[in-house]
Order: sequence, then structure tokens, then C-alpha cells
Amino acid sequence: MTDQAQLLPGTLDLLILRAVSLGPLHGYGILLRIGQISGNALLIEQGALYPGLFRLVRQGLLKARWGTSDNNRRAKFYELTAAGRKRLREETENWNRLATAIGAALAVQPEEV
Amino acid sequence: MRLLDSLRFRIATLFRRSQMNAEMEDELRSHIQYRADDLERSGLSRAEAERRARIEFGGQARFKDECHEAAGGTLVESLLRDVRLAIRMLRKSPGFTAVAVVTLALGIGANAVVFGVLNALILRPLNVPQAQSLYGIERGSDKAVNQSYPDYLDLRDRNRSFDDLAAYNIASVGLDTGNNPSGAWTLEVTGNYFDALGIQPYLGRFFHGADEHGPNSAPYIVLTYAFWHSHFQDDRGVVGRIVQLNKHPFTILGVAPSEFRGTLLFVFPDFWVPIVNQEQVEGTNVLNARGNRGILMVLGHLKAGVTPAKAVADLNSIGSYLEKTYPKDDGQMTFSLARPGLSGDWLGGPLRAFLTGLMLLAGLILLAACANLGSLFAARAADRSREVAVRLALGSSPLRILRQLFTEAVLISLIGGAVGLWGSVVLLRELSVWQPLPTAPVQVLVTPDANVYGVALLLSLASGFLFGAVPVRQVLHTDPYQVIKSGSTGKLGRRITLRDLLLVVQIAICAVLVTSSLVAVRGLVRSLHSSFGFEPQNAMVVETDPSMAGYSGDRVPAMQKRMIDAVQTIPGVKSVGLVDRLPLYYGANSSNVFTDKTTDLRPANAAAEAVMYNISPEYFDAARTSLLAGRTLSWHDDKHSPRVAVVNREFASKIFGSATNAVGRYYKAEDGSRIQVVGIVEDGKYASLAEDPRPAMFFPILQSPSSGTSLVVRSNGDPQQLAAAIKSTLRDLDAGLPFTIRAWSQELESALFPSRMATLSLGVLGVMGAMLSITGIFGMAAYSVSKRLRELGIRVALGAQRREVLQAALGRAFKLLAFGSAAGLLLGILASRVLASIVYQATPRDPLVLAGVVLAMLLLGLVATWIPAQRALSIDPAILLREE
Repeated sequence: MTDQAQLLPGTLDLLILRAVSLGPLHGYGILLRIGQISGNALLIEQGALYPGLFRLVRQGLLKARWGTSDNNRRAKFYELTAAGRKRLREETENWNRLATAIGAALAVQPEEV
Repeated sequence: MRLLDSLRFRIATLFRRSQMNAEMEDELRSHIQYRADDLERSGLSRAEAERRARIEFGGQARFKDECHEAAGGTLVESLLRDVRLAIRMLRKSPGFTAVAVVTLALGIGANAVVFGVLNALILRPLNVPQAQSLYGIERGSDKAVNQSYPDYLDLRDRNRSFDDLAAYNIASVGLDTGNNPSGAWTLEVTGNYFDALGIQPYLGRFFHGADEHGPNSAPYIVLTYAFWHSHFQDDRGVVGRIVQLNKHPFTILGVAPSEFRGTLLFVFPDFWVPIVNQEQVEGTNVLNARGNRGILMVLGHLKAGVTPAKAVADLNSIGSYLEKTYPKDDGQMTFSLARPGLSGDWLGGPLRAFLTGLMLLAGLILLAACANLGSLFAARAADRSREVAVRLALGSSPLRILRQLFTEAVLISLIGGAVGLWGSVVLLRELSVWQPLPTAPVQVLVTPDANVYGVALLLSLASGFLFGAVPVRQVLHTDPYQVIKSGSTGKLGRRITLRDLLLVVQIAICAVLVTSSLVAVRGLVRSLHSSFGFEPQNAMVVETDPSMAGYSGDRVPAMQKRMIDAVQTIPGVKSVGLVDRLPLYYGANSSNVFTDKTTDLRPANAAAEAVMYNISPEYFDAARTSLLAGRTLSWHDDKHSPRVAVVNREFASKIFGSATNAVGRYYKAEDGSRIQVVGIVEDGKYASLAEDPRPAMFFPILQSPSSGTSLVVRSNGDPQQLAAAIKSTLRDLDAGLPFTIRAWSQELESALFPSRMATLSLGVLGVMGAMLSITGIFGMAAYSVSKRLRELGIRVALGAQRREVLQAALGRAFKLLAFGSAAGLLLGILASRVLASIVYQATPRDPLVLAGVVLAMLLLGLVATWIPAQRALSIDPAILLREE
């Protein structure tokens, strides 16, 4: 657990959108899914997830409904809206562009300049 | 409708919030349950798993708050959140909160009380329909409100500006509802009074203009609701009953509604009677005397569309007609209009000036309180600079932090305002039932209304924002990096800060209050020891009126003589004198006098306006008024001998040039009769304590009879016993005669009342101002000592003397104190000019007052800096420097 990376500001929303895009999930499920798809490399404070969820619901990117999970517990399930799906696409592109650029910049060797 | 809607919206929001809260809690709980399931699966016990899950989750309250914010909390919600945080912060520092709340409660309470009085006496009109268009008529350049009845008739019938003009007069009468003669107060009013004011009866009927058919033609009474309630026990069968008024039968016509208590704001009569019955009510009838201005006030509603200016022009044209037609009686007949409730500008003027001044002072007190709290708040904000810096660094917007600060400030001010308002309501209620003068139906009805509550709320909000705004600049200029790096904002400015300025202003305000209250107290003390022209000590006063028991004509002076003789025989009584109206008792009667050579006796040619009294020969002896020259009056000065008078020194020097050669000389009265001066007495006070020396003349009651009877009984005996003896003596003379017995000094209350009230209110404000200044200086000095503790320690370590330490620690505080006091003293001297019109001989150019102010301020500074000075002096450099 010690070598987990801090999240960059703004990336939590992107991760939530991505996690939910794979199917409706409740809050704890989202945390598990993020851990799973990131190889447990990211540190997310559990409580900090919820303000993010509320924000995304308010922005109309997620919708929430109460349901029952497999082990018969009541939980609030989140899924993407059309706007959320679109936002995820855009943000993913943005992120890839940024990552490529920064990666390239960091990979440059002195003789290549 | 809009109120309902907004209420519904607010309830819905709150409801939504609680629903959201429940949902949020459900969701977070389910999260923790899931996590605990996982942990349980890894081998922990259920309880341990749940505990671990909760710890991992972190602060629920914080996340819930953040969720609310993320979900877009409404204004009300974030406000509630701010309020809750503010309450938490205030709870954490109860000392600060208590000081702030008490300070504001005092400031706002003082304002609410003064405003309550101002509101009731100046702002609120008389309780009659369409009070805005109701005006009283004032006459001449000195704004006299009294008129003569014939003049009133001319004004009423000739004007084209008023719907109708009514008039009234106050009189005390003896009322007997069946074997219980007692004194009562009545308004003698014109027949059209109720109709002109638009009042409807509560019970029975009122009298009307059509009921008047000449003198004593309308023996009717209309009761006030309060009198009906207290004396007739709400008996509805009272209508049509016949009661004895001064032994004359009068029929009760009806009862006025409870909200209408007459046309004065501070005198409340027991009933109304038609003025045409004046002879039965007062014993004399001046309804045909144009020169006798015995009517207290003429008032009426302006016609729709007539401006006050137009009405004045209309009245003045009638006035010039009156001047031309009746040159002997009607002098300067120019008119102006005034609000009727305070008997025009005669009382309204000084009262308005005084209350406005008081309001200003109360406002200054509140301002001082705000300045005080502002400094406290700024100091608090400085102490909290680290917290503010951390919050700013964590991305909180400065706006959010300011909102929080303001919420705290306004919360404090609202609590303080509520406490202050509560106190002032209690005080105003007390004031409303208080009867300051024992013998007159005077009351100050100042029950607070919506205006008072509104003003208190407004003042609370305003002061909250005012002192909340003091630390704003400080917060906005906080540089989180600097603060966190270097600890606190340690720089103690050498330049003059806003806080210093506030403190100086506050000290100055305090000095103004101390100056004016000292001026008032000195004036009061001086007026208590000044020469009244009589000696109220060791004298009892019996007040009665033979006409209340049905005496009239020649039977009045005969009865008065019998009373004097009877009381004279009581053992222990040294002398008994009679005067028709006590000096310094609700004003004085006066009339114009002319030199003996004057033949054209129009008012413009008068040599002076002299106060007049009708007395028995023994009056000067009983009152201890010293005779300077000539002789006093005697029982031989009667109808059959030439008219004589004793005058005072001022009269003698004004009419005859000097006091010595006035004896034996003649002057003329208003009716042209020649009067010989037979004696000169010392000057005195007649209408008010604050008056300049006035000419006065004293007539023998046998030559100018008056039914007004005040017996001055001088004795060294026990007042209680004497009163009992007088009572039984008078009962033996006539059991149907109502009277009151009091010590003369007690009777003087009415004369001292205004200056007492002024002194009291200024004193209270002065003490409040001083308290605020003490806390202000104390706060500043304590703050500066604690901030500079280390520096002072080093000074001590380097060998500084006590004096030098004190100078370093408190020099600034004392400099501010000196500066503020000087400014305040100067302002106070200017403000005292207003006081001079209320308090006798109130002058700030009095070494004792000046010394008193300086001493008071010095004392104040000493008290305020005592504890900080002790702290500065007890610095032990060794301990202090080791700690760092």
C-alpha cells in the first residue's frame, strides 16, 4: 500500500466516470473497481469519493437510483448518462494527449534537442 | 400570498435538506457495511471490521458537508452551516462572546429606549383618524398655543382652510358620583370636539356643537375608557346617570373608545365636559373675555388640498382683521401651525431638541460599542490568522472566510440586540405605567411598537456588519505563505492604525458624555440650592378649590379666609398664607402691564409682561419671601379700597427704574385700572427653574378674587401629625370639599422633573460610555502588553526602570486617552449649549466641571490600564526568555 500515488487534481472525476462506464455500481463498488483497473496503484480516501459523486450527479454526468445488491444490501447505484458518456470520451482524449506530450517531453534525451 | 409562498419554499428546503441528509447517511452507512464485509472476510471479527471500516472512511461530518456543497446547497443551507460553525466558534471563546453580547446589549438597549420615547412622543401622531392633517394653531413670534375663546370663535367661523376647529382646556374639578367627593382632571372642550377629530363613541353618545346654547347649557360628561373602567367598573348602565361636578348635576352621555385618551400625548384626563359650562367647572367664566387667553389649544384637520402654508396665510388674514377690530385685546395676531400632541412648540421644541440630542448620544454609544467590538474582532482575527491562512492555502475563497466572519459578527449582534431589546421593553413598560407627578394625570405612554422592534433589528444588523467589517482588510491581505512560515503577524505597527483611531473616537465620545452629564448634575445641584424666592422646606401645601364644593362669587374669598383662620389655630403652625397658584407649578399666569402715563393700552405698548399671583396678606410670611421695601398686603385691601399690589424687584426696576423709589407709585393693568405699588419683595422663580428673572406682581385676594386655593402652612412640627390635623380641620369646615396635602418640597417635583430626567438619562449614558471606554482601553493595553511581552522582558533584563517599562508598555494607550479626552471635552462644551435650555444654569465654563472631566478621564484610564500595567511590571525576564 505504501507505494500508492497521490491523485492529480481533477483526475478523480475521470476515474469515477471510467469505473461506472463499465456498468452500474454503488459507491464502494466504484472504489473497488478503480482499485482493480488501476492495479491498486492509486490512493483514494474513501470518504472523498462521495463529494465527487454528488458533484457529477449535479452536473448531469451520472444518475443515481437506489437498488439492492447481490448480498441483499440496499445501496445507491450510479450509472453514466449520455452527457457522462460524451464527457468521458472527451476527457479520455484530453488525458491521452496530455500524457503523450508530457511523456514525450520527459523522455527526451540531451542529444535529441 | 408572497409571504406564504416564501414560507413554503423555506420549509421545503429544510425538508429537502433533512431528506438529503437521511439519504446521505444511508449511503455512507452502506459503504461502511460493504467495507466491513470485505474486512470480515479477511479474518477480522464483525465488530472490529466495522470499527476499522469507520476509521478508514474518515470524518463523516466533513464529507457530508462537502457533499452538500457538491450537490449545490441552497443559500439558506450554507447560511445555516455558517451559523452552526459560528455558534461553535463562539462557544469556544465564551469570554469574548459574553463581553461582545453585553456590550451590544447595552448599546442597542440604550438606543431602543431612547428611540422608544422619541417614537412615542415625537414620531407617533395623536391616535385620531387622519392624524397627518391635524394641526394645532400657535400665535405670535413666541409660539404661544393659548387663545381666547372669542378669538377661537372668529378663527373657527372665518377660516376657509380647516374642516372644523375645536378647542380644549385642562381643568381640575371635584367629582361626586354619590358621597365620595374627589378631585379629577377634565378636558373642557368645544361642542364640536369629537366630531372635528372624527372620534366615535364606544358607548352611548358624544355631545355636539348643536348641544351648546350659551353658558352652562350643556351639563354633559363623556368618560374616558380608563376612567369608566376604574371608577365605574365597566358598568354599561352608566349612560344617563347623573353625577355631581363641583356640586352641579352633570349627565354622563357616553364613553370614548379606549385608544382615544385626549389630545395631549402626556396628560390623560378622566373625562370631557363642554367648555360652555366653564363657569360650573372652573368657577369663573372667561368665554366673553377676548383678552383672556385661557384656552389651551385650538386644533383641527386641514381641508383636503389645503397646504399648511395656505392655511397660515388664511389665519394671518383673520389675525390682521382681529388686530384692527380689537386693538385693545389682540396684539400680535400672526399664526403658525404645529403638531398638537405636545402642546405645540412650547413643549415640543425643547423636548424634540433634547430627545434628538439624546438619540445622537445613544447612537454615539452604539458606535463606540461597535468600535470596541471591531478592535476585539480584529484582535481575534489576528489571533486566528494562522487558521485563516491554512484555509486560504487549502483553496477556500477569501469570500467564504469573510462570509464566515460576518456570520459570526451578525450572530453576536443579533443576540446582543435581542437581549438589549428585551431590557428596553421592560424599561419602557415600566416607564409607561410610571406617574412622575403625584398630583397631575401625567404619564409617558411609551409602549414599544413595531417601529421600535424594527429599529432595534436594523441597528443590530448594521452594527454587526459595522464591526464585522473591521478585520476585512486584514483577512484579504493575509498572505498564507508568510503567516505559516513566520508564525503570527508579529509586526506591531508604529504608524497610526484604524484601531487606534477607533479608540480615540470612543474615548472622545465618552468624554462628551461625561462632560455633559457633569454639566447637568452641576446645574441640577445649583438649581436645588438657588433662591426660589420662597422656602419650600418645613412647609406643607394644601391644594383645593372652593368652587369644587359649589362656592361661587363672594362666598369664595369668605371660605378662603375661614380656611386660613381655621388652619392658623392648629398648634405648632407658625403662619398660613394663601396663593391662587403655587409658583413653579405647571407654569404661571401672566398679563401685560403699562406705565401710568400710557393711554393707548394695546399690547404693543406694554411696558412688561408680568407674572401675577393673587395672595392672602400672610403669604409672604408663610412662604418666607422677604419684603425689601414698603408694606405687605392686608385684609383691608378689599373691594372698597383703591387697588394695590406688591411687586418684585425685577418689576420695580423694569417699570420704575429702581427698586427704592417704586413704593407708592402707580402703574396700569391690562383693563386700564391704576394700581399702586405698596411693597417690593425679592425676585423668585415662577414658571420654570431655568428662567431669567421675570417681573411679578401680587394682588390681594379680596381685590382680585380667584377660586384657586393653595394654602402654604409653615410649621416646625411633624408633617404627618400636621397633615392629619389640617385634614380634620378642613373636614369640619366643609366635608364636601376635596383637597390634597403635601410637603411643599415634594410639590416642587414637577418643576425639577425635566432637569432630573435630563440629568438621569445623561448620567446613565455617561456611565455606559465610561464602561465602554474602559473595556476599549483595557483591550488595547492588554493586547499591546501581551504582544510586546518579549520586548519588555529584554528591556527589563537590560536594566529598564519601572517607569520606563510602563512608558514603553502603556505610553501609547495614555497618549490616545489624552487625545480623545481633549477632543471629547471640547465637543462636550459645545453640546452643553443645548442643555442650558433644560437644566437651570447648565454651563460648561465651570472650573469644577472641567476639573471633574479631566479627573474622571484620568481615573478611567487608570482603572483600564491597571491590570495590563501590573502584568508589564511583573515581567520576569529570566522566565520569559527561557520560554522562547
